Amino acid sequence: MKDPDSYRSGVKPVWCPGCGDYSVLSALTNAMSALQLPPEQVALISGIGCSSRIPTYVNVYGFHGVHGRALPLATGLKLARPDLTVLAAGGDGDGFSIGGNHFLHACRRNVDMTYIIMDNEVYGMTKGQASPTTAPDWTGSDLTPAGTGLTAFQPLLLALVTGANFIARCFSGDPANLAEILVEAIRHPGFSVVQILSPCPTFRPEQRQWKNQVREIPDSATADFRSAARFLMEDDGLSVGRILYRTDRKPFALSKNRRGDISELDMEFVL
Amino acid sequence: MMTTNIQDRNSARLEGTGSSISVALAGSGGTGAISAATMLVDAAGKAQWYALMTRSVGAQIRGGETAALIRFSTDPVAGHGDDFQVLLAFDWQNLERFASEIPLSANSLVIGDLDHGAAPEVIAATGARYVGLPLKQLARTIPGGRPNMVGMGVVAGLIGLPLEPLYSVLENFFADKGDKILAVSKQTVAVGYEAAAALGDEYRLPPAHTPSSGKRWSISGNQATGLGALRGGIRFVAAYPITPATEVLEWMAGALPGVGGALVQVEDELAAINQIVGASYGGTPALTATAGPGLSLMIESLGLAVAAEVPLVVVDVMRGGPSTGIPAKSEQADLNIAIYGLHGDAPHLVLAPNSVTDCIFTTQWATHLSETLQAPAIVLSDQYLGQTKAVLDRPPDIVFPTRRELASEPADGRKYLRYADTPSGVSPMATPGMPGCQYTADGLEHDQSGAPSSRAEDHLAQMNKRARKLADHDYGDYWADLDGEGDLAIVTWGSSTGAVREAASRWRKEGGKVRVLSVRLLAPVQPEKFQQALAGVSRILVVEQSHGAQFYRYLRAYYDLPQQTRILHQPGPLPFRPHQICEQLSSWRAT
Ligand SMILES: Cc1ncc(C[n+]2csc(CCOP(=O)(O)OP(=O)(O)O)c2C)c(N)n1
Ligand code: SF4
Repeated sequence: MKDPDSYRSGVKPVWCPGCGDYSVLSALTNAMSALQLPPEQVALISGIGCSSRIPTYVNVYGFHGVHGRALPLATGLKLARPDLTVLAAGGDGDGFSIGGNHFLHACRRNVDMTYIIMDNEVYGMTKGQASPTTAPDWTGSDLTPAGTGLTAFQPLLLALVTGANFIARCFSGDPANLAEILVEAIRHPGFSVVQILSPCPTFRPEQRQWKNQVREIPDSATADFRSAARFLMEDDGLSVGRILYRTDRKPFALSKNRRGDISELDMEFVL
Repeated sequence: MMTTNIQDRNSARLEGTGSSISVALAGSGGTGAISAATMLVDAAGKAQWYALMTRSVGAQIRGGETAALIRFSTDPVAGHGDDFQVLLAFDWQNLERFASEIPLSANSLVIGDLDHGAAPEVIAATGARYVGLPLKQLARTIPGGRPNMVGMGVVAGLIGLPLEPLYSVLENFFADKGDKILAVSKQTVAVGYEAAAALGDEYRLPPAHTPSSGKRWSISGNQATGLGALRGGIRFVAAYPITPATEVLEWMAGALPGVGGALVQVEDELAAINQIVGASYGGTPALTATAGPGLSLMIESLGLAVAAEVPLVVVDVMRGGPSTGIPAKSEQADLNIAIYGLHGDAPHLVLAPNSVTDCIFTTQWATHLSETLQAPAIVLSDQYLGQTKAVLDRPPDIVFPTRRELASEPADGRKYLRYADTPSGVSPMATPGMPGCQYTADGLEHDQSGAPSSRAEDHLAQMNKRARKLADHDYGDYWADLDGEGDLAIVTWGSSTGAVREAASRWRKEGGKVRVLSVRLLAPVQPEKFQQALAGVSRILVVEQSHGAQFYRYLRAYYDLPQQTRILHQPGPLPFRPHQICEQLSSWRAT
């Protein structure tokens, strides 16, 4: 039996005290232990941000890449190495701003991997600017002193319409439930999106209140595409804890072909 | 596969132009000028001649007027000559677009279709002899015959290309169209062939030399690049289309499955480069191909590959820039971005093929170096090389034995150090799936284990290691092609090499001496080898197709150049003509 601690690398996280990402890390190692994944068969891929530091803290194969590009990197790895369990992880800025285009296409492409988004509605690492999921009237950043005035991004609604196979929202303050959902997401074939409300007490101290504000997603929301869409459109973004949607659309993979002889290629050019 | 030495590798090098003739076929969309030209080129190869063909298109997306620029030769040929001896136009529509690319002289022959009237002013002004032929009417004498087949026959008759090889190409081309269509095409070609008899025999090429062993190949530079990549071991490609690189990707998409690989079309260049980082991190040699604008988008992640020490190959088929520039025409002006574009000090490989054949070798070598040294390689091809279809001798097979150095499980519970500071700078690489070697690849500066570090010592150690592994590697003779002797040298790179070699062989025929150095490995730089190659040289002419003399400035930065160094540089899209280079040499001699 591999206990959750055996999935820890031993590198000490750089996160601030009270950061929600600590619980995500615990939930992830718990989920891996529950699944008894051989650590060498798991790859955890991230971009840049506080949350994207997570691969270093886990004793699996990791890749801490550049800002916004975790998904294509993970996709290339999974396509070339379908035998691996591939997880991508990062923040809302990384995933939906600079990496927004990749998010849409990863949902469409539906490669069998799990995307873990630690959403704190702020850019933590660059010291507190608005992210795509920030409310339009948040005035806490010097870059947008009057708020962004922009509609906040609804990642899960977007994941749904662009074709993700598995969609869930969790709260890092409930690590037991989070671990359970991660287990299901990793098991589910196709592209799984798990949005985790993960507070940034440093730049959004009011998010400490999330523990009193989040509520269980009602059962009905886990049904079909239409009801999931209706639920997400009407939701305030604080409903957590259940799977919102799942489907079995066939995951994208590269077909395995016969290994021929390289010199056969020459024939095409011979006159 | 057999191995070969550097001499064999350059067997397709231009040894003097022998006899050659340049023919342009032009026509508006649907005239079939390009397919006629393609068949002529293949037939020339079957007749044991050599040939190359570039195509020129207007700004239209599809259809519209096109010109095929062909050079037939008794000897291997690496570029176009000074001017064209024959222009055959199926019609005159927008022909002025191509006029500057088809230089004509008073000795040239222009053939037009009587139905389309006299040649336009730009053509008439060249003083070329003009002959009208009833191409359309002749085609009509064979029910189902087409004017481009007549034109094909005319050109074959003019240059003395026998009918049998042409028929054999037609047989392949019309294999699945039925006997009737094949018979019609042969008859129509024969009609053109007879019509050419009246035009005299001054444009005839002598018969091919004693045939070299084996059949000739017909291949484009972009296909050659794809072939070299597969020979080098590339098995994963991420693709985002851009002219003129798309054909590399198209060819690889068809060829990869046969060797157990695959290509994925992705959402943009950022995805392309990061997907290949992922695939290569997982152990599969990976490549993407793009042109200037795409290379710009990939630069940040090329730096990631440097820092995380992930091998990969990016082929940049350069086109006229900046910005969207002239997408379908050539230039050598991405040199700066390829060498200096990455932020921080980021040692990486930059290589450039210098002929269509060399696209195979250079891409294969780039893959080998990238895998061996765990560093990204940029291959700078260009539109001129990429979209040229050439008839050549069968390129030799080359085998590079060394590959990516893989880690083994560390003994007695020791920690695996992904970025171990080894003497060579190359650290054995673990790939996911290997037990006991879990690590995090990182673009963030890290210590030897891969853990992020901002300590000065770790940064210095890793910087030194990444630079050392490239700097200390022995690149052998492949770093450049050197030929000739004397105290005068032409230094060039990439596609300009073809015109330079031809100019040099003319110069030598006239009794002059000149060394030609075509640099294949642009980064890391090889100052000692450069000094050796040019020992005793007191005058250098640098030739490059860029407005800003990028290559010259790069040479100035890294190499000692004699006081007497001149530059011949011009932007695209017109390729160098050998006479331009000879004129530079003559003017120098005069001073
Ligand atoms: C190309 C590029 N642009 C900008 C940055 C600076 N940057 C680093 S992290 C970050 C935002 C991270 O925010 P988020 O993904 O929400 O993660 P968090 O830190 O909140 O966990 C930015 C803009 C960068 N590293 N690279
Ligand atoms: S800045 Fe915010 S997100 Fe970043 S570590 Fe601190 S609390 Fe966490």
